[in-house]
Amino acid sequence: MNKEKLTRWLVSGPPFLFMVVFFVLPALIMVVASFRFPGEHGGLAPMFENSSWQFTLETYQFFFSDFIYTEIFLKSFLIAGLTTVICIAMAYPVALLITRVPKRFRDVMILLVVLPFASNFLIRVYAWMIILGPQSAFSVAINSVVTAFGFEPVPLLFSPFAVIVGMVYVHLPFMVLPLYTNLEKHDPILLDAAQDLGANAWRRFWKVTWPLSLPGVYAGSALVFIPVLGMFAVPDILGGTGDILIGNLIKEQFLGTRDWPFGSTLSIMLTLAVLAIAALAMRFSRKSLSYA
Amino acid sequence: MALLELRNLTRRFGNLTAVDNVSLSIEAGEFFTLLGPSGCGKTTILRMIAGFDLPDAGEILLDGKNISDTPPEKRPLHTVFQSYALFPHLSVADNVAFPLKMSKVSADETRLRVQEMLDTVHLSDKAEAFPHELSGGQKQRVALARGLVNKPRLLLLDEPLGALDHKLREEMQIELINLQRNVGVTFVFVTHSQPEALALSHRIAVMNEGRVEQMDSPPTIYSRPSNRFVADFIGDINMMNAQIDAFDGMQLRLSVAGLGAIVAPARVETKTGQAGAFAIRPEQVVIGAPDEHAELANRFSGTLRDFLYVGDVTTYKVELANGTIIQALLPNAAPGKARFFEVGDRVTVAWPAESGMFLHE
Amino acid sequence: MWFAALLVYLFLYLPLTVVVIYSFNDSRLNAEWVGFTWRWYEVLFQDEEMIQAAVNSILIALGASLIATMLGTMAGIAMHRYKLKALPFLVITPVAMPEILLGVSLLLFFIQVLHLTLGLLSVLIAHITFCVGFVAIVIRARLAGMDESIFEAARDLGATPWQTFRLVTLPLIMPAVIAGALMSFTLSIDDFVITFFTAGVGVSTLPLQIYSMIKIAVTPEVNAVSTLLMLLTLGMILLAARFDKTVLRGETR
Repeated sequence: MNKEKLTRWLVSGPPFLFMVVFFVLPALIMVVASFRFPGEHGGLAPMFENSSWQFTLETYQFFFSDFIYTEIFLKSFLIAGLTTVICIAMAYPVALLITRVPKRFRDVMILLVVLPFASNFLIRVYAWMIILGPQSAFSVAINSVVTAFGFEPVPLLFSPFAVIVGMVYVHLPFMVLPLYTNLEKHDPILLDAAQDLGANAWRRFWKVTWPLSLPGVYAGSALVFIPVLGMFAVPDILGGTGDILIGNLIKEQFLGTRDWPFGSTLSIMLTLAVLAIAALAMRFSRKSLSYA
Repeated sequence: MALLELRNLTRRFGNLTAVDNVSLSIEAGEFFTLLGPSGCGKTTILRMIAGFDLPDAGEILLDGKNISDTPPEKRPLHTVFQSYALFPHLSVADNVAFPLKMSKVSADETRLRVQEMLDTVHLSDKAEAFPHELSGGQKQRVALARGLVNKPRLLLLDEPLGALDHKLREEMQIELINLQRNVGVTFVFVTHSQPEALALSHRIAVMNEGRVEQMDSPPTIYSRPSNRFVADFIGDINMMNAQIDAFDGMQLRLSVAGLGAIVAPARVETKTGQAGAFAIRPEQVVIGAPDEHAELANRFSGTLRDFLYVGDVTTYKVELANGTIIQALLPNAAPGKARFFEVGDRVTVAWPAESGMFLHE
Repeated sequence: MWFAALLVYLFLYLPLTVVVIYSFNDSRLNAEWVGFTWRWYEVLFQDEEMIQAAVNSILIALGASLIATMLGTMAGIAMHRYKLKALPFLVITPVAMPEILLGVSLLLFFIQVLHLTLGLLSVLIAHITFCVGFVAIVIRARLAGMDESIFEAARDLGATPWQTFRLVTLPLIMPAVIAGALMSFTLSIDDFVITFFTAGVGVSTLPLQIYSMIKIAVTPEVNAVSTLLMLLTLGMILLAARFDKTVLRGETR
């Protein structure tokens, strides 16, 4: 059966090779880079110079030396968490609705949820620039109410509020679909049984639907939380100067100040955070699957 | 020379021995069935014959030649899969033509033989249809046509009737028998349904836990099971532990605890004192009022505990003196004249000396 | 509850509608509606930088989808048939992780190790990296939904493994392959973050152009190009969905 093995190598080989070279290798390079010195004009200093290996823990020390970096990390987590919670709250009614309509409408409704995703990511963010801009109808309306109460007009754009709106908007479909996929599998008999045993609509939701939907919630949460953590474009476009997140920091290091070792360190920290979240999500998913 | 011979075939999956040193031979032209419960190894054997699984030990010989090293596409035998495995993107005609295409048969001859085959399975009008448009029975027939069109030495069938409903299954069974007799190809059939095996086969190999328990024609398997497993697996049977008291060449005198003596026919070499089981089919046991059937050699009284009426026959369950429940099957031949017993009645069950059998452990 | 769901749907579509509407607004500002005009579209088609960016985008998208589809199909088949452990991880992780990490590590790799000048090639390679996983997922899903015994049946009836692939496997996964190709094209044209880090100075793509326009000087030209781009990607996704429904679910991985 040597032919079998040959075929296996031929088929899995090229993609495997490609990904090792252009995905694994760069990742490893980045790990190494975080331990190197920055070059004179930015970038990286040579690894071997003055007849010795030039490696250091400097960047990691630097990271922990100034609280501002940790603060930015925490802020990013906060924003990611907030976005996730809001997405859950907004996605749930939609996902539920889709499960309740007759089968033939479902594909269309899912399509409708996914379609905005078809537009370019930047466009979706930019659209909120228009809506939240000071001259838009929306802003004017909100602010006329605000000033009517005697407060200063509130700038909606370039604020944490705008960042969150942007993040939610961009990631909402990510939450709807896993949630729907899970809800679709619920046996309606369970709700009937609960009702038969005396539970009202609210309790039926909390005691039956919600627990069973948890794997879907976790899956969707991971799909929202992780990208939000690494996002830089939304704060860049919709946020003010004080609203930078990890992503913005990393971008600055690589393209602005060109302190690549530090940028690498930040990236590694982000990667670790992402892995931790992913692992958590999987553990919780599996745990709650044991009820279902 | 046998068409297909399996010699000492063994296949293990980790700790589990799926096929345990199986040897058997299949003659050309016969309808041979591998019968047994799930997990007995019958499908594994089929897959090894087809070439999708390699034996850990033993050989597979086709026309005397060892084919164990031949890849599936080069073996002159075809399989009808349980799910039919029709190619969804090809029409019925193209499906049936596939093996001919692989054998590089000319386009003209292909068309001819496909037509012929579709006629044989009564599907000529569906030649251009696609699999998803067909019913279960029709897909079944396409799978058969496809497997037979290039006249393989052997056709392997893996529980092909499993997905069909009762009536359709019976119809297809008859079609299968006719097809096999007409085309003359050797069938190796796998099933866990023993009525099916009994109805279709020339010979049956009853399997259990990787071993062949008995290999015989259907009547022999049914009336002369060689051990407890086969007796129990095929049809309904009454069994009770018994010991041989005396043996005079033609007859055995058995004793059953709490019941007394039973006279049974002797089939094989036996020794006095040997322990085993006495088995008798329900249809061989008659039931009657306490004073009836005095002429029969074996006669016991008991109490009717239950009965099951299924239209054509009624099965009576009678409790004997030692607590054993024995089943007696009587046809309801003349409805008005059916014997009626109430649960709780005292009854007699009886059978002649020539009925039943003694099974060794 | 229906009401809440409806609001959410509105929330999803309002911003985009605004963009489209304003692309026809006869005013420099994205404020009040003045009048209907094609003006911004005219400006768009005369903007040389924009046209060059569009050409680049399309070239890269074509190249990326072609190569990614080939590699992704191979990966999808391998993952399904051989149940490998490493390959799924390698192929799918780039799709699931934050794009910035991919962008930054590739930047590092290209410059530091390959000494490659950033340009079309670097962007192409970067795009392939995240498209392969997507195609692989779609192909694998398609294969998982098929009756396994079909492939055995083909071999059983005399087909060699290669013939089985050519006559049975390929025709059956073709819709998924096409859907994967179309989606790769879309993902590539739309990509911003990874392109941002790997494009370097000389090369621009449509999303990069849009970004600089947003940051530097917002003109309604942005609305116009946004509307057109939206229509294009919309069309492609709908087309892809016709070939393979799972594309819609897979869109959100």
